[in-house]
Amino acid sequence: MVAMADWLDEVKSRLGEAVLDEAEFRGENTLVLDRGSLPHSLEVLKEEFGFNSLVDLCGLDMGEDQDPRFYVVYHLRNLDTKAQLRVKVGLNEGEKVPSACEVWAGANWMEREAYDMFGIEFEGHPDLTRLYLADDFPGHPLRKDYPTEGYDFEE
Amino acid sequence: MGVKKTPVKEIEIPRLVTPEEVVEEEVTPEELEVLEKGGVLITTLNKAVNWARKWSIWPVTFGLACCAIEMMATAASHYDMARFGAEVFRPSPRQADLMIVAGTLTKKMAPILKRVYDQMPEPKWVIAMGACAVGGGIYKSYAVVQGVDKIVPVDFYIPGCPPRPEALLQAILMLQKKIEQEPFDNKI
Repeated sequence: MVAMADWLDEVKSRLGEAVLDEAEFRGENTLVLDRGSLPHSLEVLKEEFGFNSLVDLCGLDMGEDQDPRFYVVYHLRNLDTKAQLRVKVGLNEGEKVPSACEVWAGANWMEREAYDMFGIEFEGHPDLTRLYLADDFPGHPLRKDYPTEGYDFEE
Repeated sequence: MGVKKTPVKEIEIPRLVTPEEVVEEEVTPEELEVLEKGGVLITTLNKAVNWARKWSIWPVTFGLACCAIEMMATAASHYDMARFGAEVFRPSPRQADLMIVAGTLTKKMAPILKRVYDQMPEPKWVIAMGACAVGGGIYKSYAVVQGVDKIVPVDFYIPGCPPRPEALLQAILMLQKKIEQEPFDNKI
């Protein structure tokens, strides 16, 4: 196994003040990054630390009364060393996250999914439209305040 | 020399007979003998057309979820839908007259179901197969239509999750009975 702590310390010192928080759970490392540092910090992770694979990108709703309410979560993997890293970026309603499409092309549809389900907007995305749901669908169903059966449910 | 004109014969077009109007007449043994010799078959147009329809129900392929697996099993050798003349699953709605909606109908799929139904020529019938097609099933959800009868008219509802092939066969047998009973010119 690759020594986890070595590269993690390097990442933290390289990103400096962009790292707001960190967590470790059963060998999985999470960094909470400053939204303003994107997409540069993601580029650094890819180019300098070899996180060449974006395994997953998803949205997260913490609840209406939380600050920040939403997170965008990036799961990264270095396919050479098998190192894994989770990156989280927080935002509130009405705020935008810079798109990661320029860094990993595969982020395109994942960001569309997050937009579809949570209404998180990605700045600089080439085609930010709904992915799964119909174009005229009302609301964003994975938000905590969305009723399970939808707004226009007929019994 | 001109071409001889054949006078147009006025023929009486028989009125269509509904099943209620059909009077079953006793055939006497003498008449029967004549009929057997001549090989004549007497029936009403309604009966003949409905007979033809009921033994050649062509379903359109419309499997949406796990119910489709049961539908395929019904068509395959073990249950053998061909015994009831309904085995020709058509990939084109233009050639079909029965739509078996087998599975969960999502809201995104609903316009497509409507279009396929509209593309089917008359006469056409619809079977809603399984709990999801009947009324949304376990999915009380923003993404699922709560029953296909919100989109198209349904003739038969098959409960079950999924229904067994026997249940689908029974629905087809019941549909045959329904076709037998309705005036054929209701659907032209």
